Amino acid sequence: MADFVQFAVSGLTIGAVYALVALGFTLIYNASSVVNFAQGEFVMLGGMATVFLAALGLPLPAAAVAAVIAAVAVGIVVHALVIEPARGANAVTLIILTIGVSLVLRGAAPLIFDKQFHKLPGFSGEAAVGVLGAAVQPQAFWVVGGAAVIVLALKLFLARTLFGKAVLATAADRMAAMLAGINTGVIVGFAFATSAAIGAIAGILVTPITLTSYDVGVMLSLKGFAAAVLGGIGSPLGAVAGGLLLGLLEALAAGYLSSTYKDAAAFVVLIAVLMAMPGGLARVKQVERV
Amino acid sequence: MMGLCGTAAAAGEIRIGSVVSSTGPAAFLGEPEDKTLKLYVEEMNKAGGIIGNTVKLVIYDDGGDADKARTFATRLVEEDKVVAVLGGTTSGTTFAMIPVFEDAEVPFIAFAGAVGIVEPTKTWVFKTPHTDRMACEKIFEDLRKNNLTKVGIISGTDGFGKSMREQCVKVNAKYGIEIVAEETYGPRDSDMTAQLTNLKGAPGIQALINPGMGQGPAIVTRNVRQLGIALPLYQSHGVASKSFIELAGEAAEGVRLPAAALLVADKLPDSDPQKSVATGYKTTYEVATNGQVSTFGGHAFDALFILKAAVERANSTEPAKIRDQIENTKGFIGTAGIFNMTPTDHMGLDLSAFKMLEVKGGDWVLAE
Repeated sequence: MADFVQFAVSGLTIGAVYALVALGFTLIYNASSVVNFAQGEFVMLGGMATVFLAALGLPLPAAAVAAVIAAVAVGIVVHALVIEPARGANAVTLIILTIGVSLVLRGAAPLIFDKQFHKLPGFSGEAAVGVLGAAVQPQAFWVVGGAAVIVLALKLFLARTLFGKAVLATAADRMAAMLAGINTGVIVGFAFATSAAIGAIAGILVTPITLTSYDVGVMLSLKGFAAAVLGGIGSPLGAVAGGLLLGLLEALAAGYLSSTYKDAAAFVVLIAVLMAMPGGLARVKQVERV
Repeated sequence: MMGLCGTAAAAGEIRIGSVVSSTGPAAFLGEPEDKTLKLYVEEMNKAGGIIGNTVKLVIYDDGGDADKARTFATRLVEEDKVVAVLGGTTSGTTFAMIPVFEDAEVPFIAFAGAVGIVEPTKTWVFKTPHTDRMACEKIFEDLRKNNLTKVGIISGTDGFGKSMREQCVKVNAKYGIEIVAEETYGPRDSDMTAQLTNLKGAPGIQALINPGMGQGPAIVTRNVRQLGIALPLYQSHGVASKSFIELAGEAAEGVRLPAAALLVADKLPDSDPQKSVATGYKTTYEVATNGQVSTFGGHAFDALFILKAAVERANSTEPAKIRDQIENTKGFIGTAGIFNMTPTDHMGLDLSAFKMLEVKGGDWVLAE
């Protein structure tokens, strides 16, 4: 039993990371139907920028805020220079563009930062806490709590504010939204800025647990995308569910099956779910865009 | 040495090739290698080169990709016309390049750990780092000394982790060590608590061994402490740099690992023949690069100076003559140990080249 709790806690912690990355995918996909494969790079930017700003002597909270601002700036620049000029291009072209962006960011990172691995201190110390017989790093609470706050804030923002409703309108039908007087270019730019911020916050929250380096974005993009697809791409709650489930599956597979096949086990379940529920866990309707 | 200039093969240029992984997942290995080679070739040229020839270093970055490494190896041989090659940061890239140099008959001194590089012996291939088998043997020796015989192994699934695990499984019986449980982790994994929970519960387990490199072992170390596992933890020479202690933080306290004397250069007794070489390299590297010395750069240093000595003894820049003299390396004091190569031993180090270190107060100390 204690073993199970330990596996579950570890899985949910890593799953919360995947969930935050998946959330970033969801937001941009909703606003612009672009699958942004540079999402993992925002996570890297958040972690690495915080490490380096803190090393320059900034207090940790200030470094973290500055890192998020920097990531948002990068998100806006990416949108303005790469995505907006290619408006109207088909989905594959846009995906290739975002992959290009991720390569550029990954190439620039070792020049701006360096090629070493880095860590941040745990926000609430490093001594493990006991939960039902399992040992949990205090930082895990920050990750899971941070994910919960972000999801809630996003949900409220989209449902309760005029600007949020404009995002939803743009997502539903860009042309109609434009005709209704919504500046859809601004909305999509906003989606990029917000998902850059979410990615960067995720990077800052997880670095004390996972460590960071200039190329952590690759794996995170892959796992985050899998989580978003598992949850039903386009659904914020689905993204969270997908992320947590993927992390849980990995930890349980490593614990009960074999650590060698844990990635494979997670992806086998992903394929099985998609075969049974093509729209993902959130049963998102398939929209054919021509 | 200046006197030799006249007799040397026409004073000119001696072209030495190199392929390292200064970017990519093995960048933390390749970068210090790259810096070391550039730094010391520059110094050599200031001091008059090798037997009167200016050293021209042709260096490529394979990014840790074995296919790229092979392409660069071919380019070094066919276009750059080098007389010898140093490099091969990872075992994977090194294995990819070996056939190229064997075919072209160009001497090649590798910086990678796998024992398969020099066993069986290949005519043109040498290496300077200790092998992973020696690392296991050193760890097993230390376990015996402490009367610990039942161990669990958690290894990375990258080339280094896999290779060292295989060697550990091959030699454990010789040392009377029983492997009671095994787990693995991916090189990019960020949580190993599930695997460690299983090891913790393995019956009779007395110690943990973690063959691996990169950030994985640092996370394993932190997870071990997080789970409150009180077993002695042995890491490998794959994490022999200060960054391991920085990444693992307090969790690193008490971790043991076999590593080259270089890591504890200033703590070596004055009687140690390696002391002056190790401190010399450490000081030069740290002043020039403003970074921490690591044993990985030391492997490049050893290879470069073994090659230099071989060219001087051969008094020629012909690849075949250089090869014969590399094989003849005797009593060469490097950062990794004292090299004595033979026609059947193209590495030339024995177990004494490894020191057992322990992390204490955020630094390495000699554990023996």
